[in-house]
Amino acid sequence: MTPADTRRRWGLALPAVAVITLFSILPLGVVVLYSVLTPGDYGNVRWVLSGEGWFSVLFERDMFDETVSLSDAHITILFRSVGLSLATTLLTLIFGVPTAWFIATRAPRQRGFWLFLITIPFWTNLLVRTIAIQEIIRAEGVLNRILIGLGLIEQPLQMMFTNFAVLLGMAYVFLPLMVLPVYAAIEKFDFRLAEAGYDLYASRAYCLRRVILPLVRPGIIAGSILVFVPSLGAYVTPRIMGGGNSMMLGNLIEMQFGQGRNWPLGAALSITLTLLVLGALIWYTRLTTGGRRHG
Amino acid sequence: MTSASRLALAALLLSAAPALAEGTLNIYNFGLYTPPDLLEKFEKTYDVKVTLTEYDSNETAMAKIEAGGHGFDIVMPSASVVPIYIEKGLLLKSEPNQMENFKNVDPKWVEIYWDNGRHYTVPWVWGTTGVMVNTKVYKGDINTSAIFLDPPEELKGKINVVPSMNDVIDMTIRYVGGEPCTTDKAVLKAARDKLIAAKPSWASIDYTSFEKFINEDINASVFWSGAANRIRAENAGFAYGYPKEGYSLWQDNVAILADAQNVENAKLFLNFIMAPENAALISNYTRYGNGIIGSDAFMDPGLADAPEMIIPENLKAAGHFQQTCPPEAQAFYTRIWTDLTK
Amino acid sequence: MADRAFDIRRMPGAVTLAVVCFVILYIPMVILVANSFNAGKVIGQWEGLSLRWYLAALQNEAFLAAAANSLVLATIAAFMATVLATMAALATTRSDGFRGKGAIHIVLNQPLMVPEIVLAIALLIILAQVKQATGYTGLGYLIAAHTTFCIPFAYMPIRARLEGMDMTLETAAADLYASRAYAFRRVTLPLLAPGILAGFMLAFVVSLDDVVISSFLKSPGQETLPTYLMGELRRNLSSEIYAISSLLLLISVLIVAGSWLATRQKT
Repeated sequence: MTPADTRRRWGLALPAVAVITLFSILPLGVVVLYSVLTPGDYGNVRWVLSGEGWFSVLFERDMFDETVSLSDAHITILFRSVGLSLATTLLTLIFGVPTAWFIATRAPRQRGFWLFLITIPFWTNLLVRTIAIQEIIRAEGVLNRILIGLGLIEQPLQMMFTNFAVLLGMAYVFLPLMVLPVYAAIEKFDFRLAEAGYDLYASRAYCLRRVILPLVRPGIIAGSILVFVPSLGAYVTPRIMGGGNSMMLGNLIEMQFGQGRNWPLGAALSITLTLLVLGALIWYTRLTTGGRRHG
Repeated sequence: MTSASRLALAALLLSAAPALAEGTLNIYNFGLYTPPDLLEKFEKTYDVKVTLTEYDSNETAMAKIEAGGHGFDIVMPSASVVPIYIEKGLLLKSEPNQMENFKNVDPKWVEIYWDNGRHYTVPWVWGTTGVMVNTKVYKGDINTSAIFLDPPEELKGKINVVPSMNDVIDMTIRYVGGEPCTTDKAVLKAARDKLIAAKPSWASIDYTSFEKFINEDINASVFWSGAANRIRAENAGFAYGYPKEGYSLWQDNVAILADAQNVENAKLFLNFIMAPENAALISNYTRYGNGIIGSDAFMDPGLADAPEMIIPENLKAAGHFQQTCPPEAQAFYTRIWTDLTK
Repeated sequence: MADRAFDIRRMPGAVTLAVVCFVILYIPMVILVANSFNAGKVIGQWEGLSLRWYLAALQNEAFLAAAANSLVLATIAAFMATVLATMAALATTRSDGFRGKGAIHIVLNQPLMVPEIVLAIALLIILAQVKQATGYTGLGYLIAAHTTFCIPFAYMPIRARLEGMDMTLETAAADLYASRAYAFRRVTLPLLAPGILAGFMLAFVVSLDDVVISSFLKSPGQETLPTYLMGELRRNLSSEIYAISSLLLLISVLIVAGSWLATRQKT
């Protein structure tokens, strides 16, 4: 690549990079700074250096004998966040990829229509949508009535305020984040090519592995990142669907900035989250750029 | 044109006219806490355009006001945070006690710990945090925190606890025999263990929307008196209890911000809401008491003597004004709450 | 070959799953619309058909103002994010690595990694200084913040689209002495359009759902729909909420139907 070309590419990326630097990276600097200060009496910080925020991310002093141990609560929350986020990603993959495939294989004029059909439910406010989902799964709700009507269960299932409810809510909320990138990746494909390949000599399995998978892959990776990362920090859905019973990382962080009045701990927790995600993203970058160099 | 300058231009074009002009007032209040008819009446009386913006917690409001540049004139801090507002210099010493309508303020709301003599604030509403129970389901004594801490069999699995950390832990500490904001570890441990033992009997720790009570998905909750009053209007089975082991009293207050742009209009507003007929509008809308003498006469029928407003004589002593805990105590509270909701 | 009669577009099970997916997406919408016609105030207690909540919603000035704010904000932020993301995606794809490519990619995804509440407080602290220094309190701050966190959502689908996109057409156009701009406008952009549309819609949806950042950054009179509804939902859930939501749904359906008809007529 010529230097001029490199310069042109930097020029193209610069506006986006500048906006993000100003409005997201610079503020993150403030957060890093706050993570090493002392909590103020009522939220905010006092300008006294302290490592207590970082210490409390993973450790706690026993309330009674001052012995230091791993913070059971924080670790539980961390694992739940990662687990539920992975499950959400999987669920959106199972439903999202076939849906994207379905849309991409419609007649070109119809694709925009189907795409809008995917996003319209999301034009309704998140909270209202969540309440509508609650209507379905609550004890007297639609689902329980159907199940009882079919004779599958006798007592209504308690689905609200469980990990299942949180998972359901998050999968519902994040579905378009999977469908749209996968669609964008599939849509460019000229299906006649694959048909030709298939007609010529390829088996269906071969076609799937060598033609279709490489085609869907960038979309799936993009979609998985867009679902997984926001799930990790999700706040509203776990609170409403989980009924406050099972916190996720986003709720824990919010609590420190709110009622907990411990901004440094909240800041340290968010930097931890950011670093976790950064690791995943670097891995993703390797995956996408490295993959193509071989091909 | 670069994208950056395009961005700047778009931002400029879209700027709403900054509300610095004469004849405006910017109020910053909790959500669903400001009666529209009150604002309308104020606008008509003084020819002032009022803009209402809402927040969801004292913490959010304080963070925003402390950061500065917010553009608000009036805020409604709870009693427990008023001293912090004052200490940080965020409030204007507007001397409401010199205002014309101050004579209407009930004397018991003047000599108060958070603003003794009322130099900064006037009362907005006051209420209690107690328990609300569906008496169709549970026939026993409802004036006890045992409703959620040692739940009766009938209510198990149908209990909600509002995620108001300090309210809930304060009540629990009193239930196990301690004083709120304590750093006595034996008491804190007892409170924590009590909460964790009770949690399996709860359905949720949530700002539950009202229809869950009305439809009886939830039959008991730690709750606020005014909210309980609204529920009772829709489902007469619900009653509000004042736990004898101890419950919180609170008041939200109206104050002018130190960096307010429309100080004169803000003062008019403070004076305005101390008039009984106007204070009654606030009570009718929020279902809480207001602290202005003579406002009862203008209230909706049944509100002034509603059981959620009148604390029974024998339970008056159990009510305590909520305090702001010092950071050490607050750190323990947060730990307990994290253990509880993890 | 007719006997093999295989259409690769028909993946086994894909249509079934897609249909299930659409049904699941729309069931809550049906519940929502049905409840909006409830004459009763309380959700879940049916008291007959009525339009009273629609009338109430249409007379609710706070709601109308918040809805207008939200639509303006989401449209502008999604548009700007899409433009910036498209440029950035063009820079980071379809080339062997160049210096800084990985870094650009990470930067573009950075807003994803920060929990809303954290970005909200950090932006509040910084922008409060700007507000005080400039005296400007308009919608610009919210637009800038929304644009920022929308960029990765617009960038990802566009990049996925560009990745490995066939360059032969562009090269051919360039070979035919088309100017770079002309080749971009007539060849690259149409090829990229589905990705851009997907990116824009994602950004729009993400902006429309934001509560936390908006509530920390809003100035007087800048209530958005989510911040307005959040306050409303917490205490006083009535059928009016469903009427409000159904109205928004109706508007979006009208927009979609309109745009679909418009594109059909071109053929």
